[in-house]
Amino acid sequence: MFVKKRVAVVGAGMTKFMRRAQETGKELAFEAVRQALDSCNMRIQDIESVALGTAPDAFDGVHMKGEYLLDGAGAYRKPYSRNFVGGGTGVFSPIHGWFHVASGLYDTCLVVAEEKMSSCLPHPQAAFLTIFDNMIERPLGPNLIWIFALEMQRYMHRHKIPKEQIAQVAVKNKRNALDHPSAQIAKAVTLQDILDSEVLAWPVQRLDISPVSDGACAIVLASEDVARQITDSPVWIDGVGWNLDTTYWTNRDLYFPRYVANAARMAYSMAGISNPRKQIDFAEPYDPFDYKELHHMEGLLLCRKGEAPKLTAEGVTERDGKLPICPSGGLLGVGNPIAAAGMMKICELFWQLRGEAGKRQVAGDPRTAVAQAWGDLMQIGTVVVMRS
Amino acid sequence: MERRAIIEGIANLCLGVAVFFRFCITLNFRSNVSLAERMPLRKVGIVGVGLTKLRPTTPEVSYKELIFEAAVKAYADAGVDPRRDVESFVCSSEDFYEGTSIYDEYVPDQIGAALKPVCTISADGMYSLATAHMQILTGLFDIVAVEAHSKVSDIVNIAPIYDLALDPIYTRPLGLNANFIAGLEMNRYLHDSGATSEDCTRVVEKNRKNAHSNDLAIDSANFESSSDSLDSISYPLTRNDVAPLVDGAAVVVLAAEDAARSLREDSVWIKGAGWASDSPTLETRDWDKATYAELASKQAYRQAKIQNPAREIQFAEVDDTYSYKELQHAEALGLAAQFSAHKMLNQGVFDLNGRLPVNPSGGSIGMGHTLEMSGLVRVVELVKQLRGEAGKHQVQGVQTGVALAWRGVPTASGAAVVLSNR
Repeated sequence: MFVKKRVAVVGAGMTKFMRRAQETGKELAFEAVRQALDSCNMRIQDIESVALGTAPDAFDGVHMKGEYLLDGAGAYRKPYSRNFVGGGTGVFSPIHGWFHVASGLYDTCLVVAEEKMSSCLPHPQAAFLTIFDNMIERPLGPNLIWIFALEMQRYMHRHKIPKEQIAQVAVKNKRNALDHPSAQIAKAVTLQDILDSEVLAWPVQRLDISPVSDGACAIVLASEDVARQITDSPVWIDGVGWNLDTTYWTNRDLYFPRYVANAARMAYSMAGISNPRKQIDFAEPYDPFDYKELHHMEGLLLCRKGEAPKLTAEGVTERDGKLPICPSGGLLGVGNPIAAAGMMKICELFWQLRGEAGKRQVAGDPRTAVAQAWGDLMQIGTVVVMRS
Repeated sequence: MERRAIIEGIANLCLGVAVFFRFCITLNFRSNVSLAERMPLRKVGIVGVGLTKLRPTTPEVSYKELIFEAAVKAYADAGVDPRRDVESFVCSSEDFYEGTSIYDEYVPDQIGAALKPVCTISADGMYSLATAHMQILTGLFDIVAVEAHSKVSDIVNIAPIYDLALDPIYTRPLGLNANFIAGLEMNRYLHDSGATSEDCTRVVEKNRKNAHSNDLAIDSANFESSSDSLDSISYPLTRNDVAPLVDGAAVVVLAAEDAARSLREDSVWIKGAGWASDSPTLETRDWDKATYAELASKQAYRQAKIQNPAREIQFAEVDDTYSYKELQHAEALGLAAQFSAHKMLNQGVFDLNGRLPVNPSGGSIGMGHTLEMSGLVRVVELVKQLRGEAGKHQVQGVQTGVALAWRGVPTASGAAVVLSNR
């Protein structure tokens, strides 16, 4: 396959994830952009194009939210567009930015992901009620937690996984997040805490779920020649993949995310990875629910189907394990401002691959890593492979 | 005589040195020039278009069925099987127009895209076309489909949706209706340019007349301007000046050069695609001219190597959500000097048989406005003209055309593409 330009990430920035009632979405975007530009000594004038990712307009009650966020995202009088693939947006945004640079049209692209969920009162779950099919599903009043409970149940049943093994993911990620300065709900919790938490829709319990958050992330992309002028240690985007399954989620077997596997195969083949289990040093799969991390490890072909809970139980996925998973703390620990949460994973890859992750740094000089997000009606997988 | 020759020689030498230094300076700045100028881009063609009839209401079909019709037409036109040949799909939508959050969920099945790379760009279909263009330029894909649609008849009242696009803190509390904002802008434009309301009515007449001969346009092409429709709804904007909203769907198939040549002999080539935004706030943007359109078209022209659009472009399909916008956009595209579009309009330059026809399809005023699909309709019309398939509204012997999309009030964002059959 012919790919025109190698694209590098040269800078990254991220706000604290929390309830940010004081700031508007524009201000959150600005804060992340400012940090990203400062991190690579660039000015907004050096940026040729801007790509934005943000999830439902219903959170903010702002129509054309991309247009609204425009100036905060630094896109005044620049080529600017917004991508939107539901929860997959966070990891699709760098792919959207990658198009700009890899196409040869632009040398630099600023990629911004912003989400402000707290303005949706009383709870953003109300906005999620409007994502269902207006004729077939919405009259039933389905809730996101219910449908994920269905998926989780199916996954557990298919592979005969006890709930304890799944809850172990929440324990690990919340603990990993203790080392993340932007984390919202980092905590040293025990397995029993998780199993004792309130049941929301069996088998989903309160501590199985990531929180509602506000936040923004930004990265700066540059073409190869320009990247080498900006920094000595660019991190390359070597593989991108995305894949959308049918709308009719009720008609497919939910135990395995085949769309994630398709997206992963696309990204791996582009990055020249034939054996991801050996060639990937660490991964940041999407973990809005604890079972999703396991589900997505399997989707990313990092282990066999049904094997992820065992690897977790054996400690392989700990930060000092053989295959660290979500060393950042993931969505379960750092927080889940939808689009920004996916981009947080890209930022984590950037910092880890440059050896700048501080206390979160995984051992063994990681060279190749993969980040992934998931969204829509359990339907889309977005995957990015990065190398130092 | 000899002395004079020597002086001239020295002068020429100085000029040469100056040019040389100027050249060096240019070279120095090369690093700031985008890659597009430094390296040839992959050639991308449009190999298939599908457009449904545009109608004020479509009660007998769902949005999925509308889109399916456009997709089937486009794939048949291109001679491709979406499941086998199309490698990526780019869709266009805004949640509030659909009444569904994360509308991206509902796009794959009707366009044959399930379990394939699909993404949504929350913007006009022309942005999606530009994104698909980029995807092919990366070398990642050879064949990509673009989709946009409007099911505006499902929206009970669109005005409150437009209102939600205003800044929730600064401008929304003022209760500014979209047509009111357009009226303000129109007033400013008429004041600065010297154009009159009658000139704008002339745009309406021209576009409705053009739409008469367009099979896909709605029946309102027969509409006579009555005194009722000349009442201003927000001075100086009249009901006439506003394009009526209609339903429809459009799908366009793009292909890299080799694939395009193997699919058909009369591919229409994308020579350039650009998009840009001015300030999102009403208070801090240009009101007298469409800066976004200027920036977007500059990008597209640079890729297309067009120096003088007024000469090199033979016809245009530009956004005319409001009649005055056609004039403003024609100027931003460089087809007319600033504030002189109305003069060219009155000289008949923009007519179907004029020197530089603008909106030969009838534009949104003649065909109906289709929300985020409007730009893609302009592209489809450009393609039909460049293939010589426009029928009764065919402009003879055209080779290069430009299309412009605007995202509507209250945005200052737009996209432009240059297409050619050479």
